[in-house]
Amino acid sequence: MEDETDGCEGERDVNQVNPFWPARLHVVTGKGGVGKTTVAAALALALATGGRRTLLVEVEGRQGIAQLFEIPPLPYQERPIAAAADGGEVRALAVDPEEALLEYLDLFYRLGRAGRVLRKLGAIDFATTIAPGLRDVLLTGKVKEATTRTVDGRRIYQAVVLDAPPTGRITRFLNVTAETARLAKVGPIKTQSEGVAAFLRSPMTAIHVVTLLEEMPVQETIDAIGDLAAAGLPIGRVIVNAARPPLLTAGRITQAELRRGLAAAGLTTDREAVAGLQAEAKAYLTRQKVEQSLRAELDELGRPIVELPLLPDGVTRAGLDTLAATLLAAE
Amino acid sequence: MLDVDSILADRDVRIVVCCGAGGVGKTTTAAALALRAAEQHGRRTVVLTIDPARRLAQALGLTELDNTPRLVKSVDAAGGGELHAMMLDMKRTFDEVVLAHTDPVKAEEIFNNPFYQAMSSTFAGTQEYMAMEKLGQLRARDTWDLIVVDTPPSRSALDFLDAPARLARFLDGRMLRLLLAPARAGGRSMFNLVTASFGVFSRAVQKVLGAQLLSDLSGFVAALDSMFGGFRERAEQTYRVLQDRETAFLLVAAPEPDAIREAAYFAGRLRQDRMPLAGLVLNRVHRTQLPQLSAARSLAAAAALDQAGEHDSTAEVLRIHAGLVDQGVREKRVAGRFTRDFPEVPVAEVPAQPADVHDIDGLRTIGAALARPLSRP
Ligand SMILES: Nc1ncnc2c1ncn2[C@@H]1O[C@H](COP(=O)(O)OP(=O)(O)O)[C@@H](O)[C@H]1O
Ligand SMILES: Nc1ncnc2c1ncn2[C@@H]1O[C@H](COP(=O)(O)OP(=O)(O)O)[C@@H](O)[C@H]1O
Ligand SMILES: [Mg+2]
Ligand SMILES: [Mg+2]
Repeated sequence: MEDETDGCEGERDVNQVNPFWPARLHVVTGKGGVGKTTVAAALALALATGGRRTLLVEVEGRQGIAQLFEIPPLPYQERPIAAAADGGEVRALAVDPEEALLEYLDLFYRLGRAGRVLRKLGAIDFATTIAPGLRDVLLTGKVKEATTRTVDGRRIYQAVVLDAPPTGRITRFLNVTAETARLAKVGPIKTQSEGVAAFLRSPMTAIHVVTLLEEMPVQETIDAIGDLAAAGLPIGRVIVNAARPPLLTAGRITQAELRRGLAAAGLTTDREAVAGLQAEAKAYLTRQKVEQSLRAELDELGRPIVELPLLPDGVTRAGLDTLAATLLAAE
Repeated sequence: MLDVDSILADRDVRIVVCCGAGGVGKTTTAAALALRAAEQHGRRTVVLTIDPARRLAQALGLTELDNTPRLVKSVDAAGGGELHAMMLDMKRTFDEVVLAHTDPVKAEEIFNNPFYQAMSSTFAGTQEYMAMEKLGQLRARDTWDLIVVDTPPSRSALDFLDAPARLARFLDGRMLRLLLAPARAGGRSMFNLVTASFGVFSRAVQKVLGAQLLSDLSGFVAALDSMFGGFRERAEQTYRVLQDRETAFLLVAAPEPDAIREAAYFAGRLRQDRMPLAGLVLNRVHRTQLPQLSAARSLAAAAALDQAGEHDSTAEVLRIHAGLVDQGVREKRVAGRFTRDFPEVPVAEVPAQPADVHDIDGLRTIGAALARPLSRP
């Protein structure tokens, strides 16, 4: 095996934590489609800034990271996918539950070739399907291993960022002991899951919830934070994604005002133009008001909130760097 | 252009299925269509919702979660129509299936099994399967002349079609058979009939998971054994109903890359499975009221006003307008990917409302927009 500590110039920094993002494992959840994968990638880039190394992990078999970075599908293997600002490196890993189970069984029981036969039989698929709790322990177990891995007493990764299951499933996913205790009452899986559970509840872990300023994602954010807190899991930040800048802060504009402004700008001031623009402004203000009240609901959670801007050209590599810089600037 | 009213008015159409990626507006569209069918077309309608937003659920009176349809109040019934609504309770539906296929004693045994509990609440595909099951039940009751079905918020729109088969295959599968064989033969070891590597596996599983788990599992499998046939048969029956002309599929998508990609996959799949795709609902589109003022001209004018240091508000209105024009152009480009590949599929566009849709009036607005789509170039 190559020396894992080579090739990353800022190695000296890897054992230090970022004071504003103090955890080692950053779990990123949120309602489906709010930007979990995008935000997780931006956070991995942010924390790698300045010659550090981070690992971006996905566990849902969707190849979202590969799609985002426009690279071929990721194997079950950590590999560099992007350079961060000032010489950092982001690696990525797509954890496959079948591979993780085989790896795990191999570790304890030296399955060797038999493992492949089992896979052909569909046994692995079966075992991880019939007991979703088992699959989750294997996935989170692998994430814990990567986060705590050291070589010569030094951490491999400054931080690990997990592109996690959505809010609807996150508490069950992370609440590994409860889930496996229901099924496995003794044995190494139980022991393993207790270790993972302790890690996930320690200050090493922070769970960030991504949301849009829309009703359902905000509701799910509030529900998930309640569930996570009740399960004793450590909550990090609320990340508001794709936020639009406030415009027309005066809150209204009259047709007369608009007509004068349009005239000053040398544009037509006919009734259709004035009424049309005013209607557009009104719709915008209505939306903005809804967003303000959703912001207030999020504020009530009493958690630190970061806002990331809506990228007008969609998520490009430059856009990811903008998001990463915004995350790094968060206090 | 998609003519929603002619579908809702057609008495031969008995089932409308709204499908698409998560978050695009499936539930909203399903409820709006059902309301319109009841109010404008005099139909006795039931809408099966899966995961309505909380306030929408309240507006529909879905506060009692008893897994059966309830009459929705404040619906205009002058035309003789009615609207009933229900929200799917996945676990309860699964319990009902078990009860329908076995005696109460055995059912109780199944309910108490930890594997059943895990599977009935978490198995990927259970929700899709139960939505199908509920659809079959509603149809069998023959109380409604139109059933509008919302579909689960799957990671992919295809899950709705595939998951029931996957669940049936799983329950019927080789692994379960292998596990079940000794139980049937009355053998002591669960794995005594299988290959050497399977023996390794079973020993590993026994060590890793413990013997209790294996006995729970074999109990679960044995209890479900009697129901295999029934599971498969029902899933297949519902699948055939979906292929029938009494069913109309409406794809719902937002004009965003992921949703459009999903919609295109799904349309291809429906074509391949010979399922009747009635049209695409393009939901939450943004359109300017003033197309003659271009984004570039609008931004230039805003910049000029800024320079002059006056008319701040007008400058901001011009920026809002430019953003809307750009967004409309972007959305058209994205939606074009679908219409290029499926030119034969009619489309209805529904404008994005400034606020969420969470009451009966809001649903009426969506229904009217669906029936009177924006003009398309
Ligand atoms: N800040 C942003 N600005 C613009 N588009 C965004 C932003 N964040 C995410 N998106 C877009 O939204 C969609 C969903 O984002 P994604 O990260 O895949 O969400 P999730 O992983 O939660 O499903 C993608 O098309 C992505 O490009
Ligand atoms: N045309 C629309 N304009 C504005 N908001 C909408 C529109 N359609 C749906 N919504 C809102 O979007 C959110 C998601 O809609 P929903 O129907 O629940 O989606 P799905 O069932 O596809 O997940 C809801 O809060 C709903 O009120
Ligand atoms: Mg994702
Ligand atoms: Mg829905």
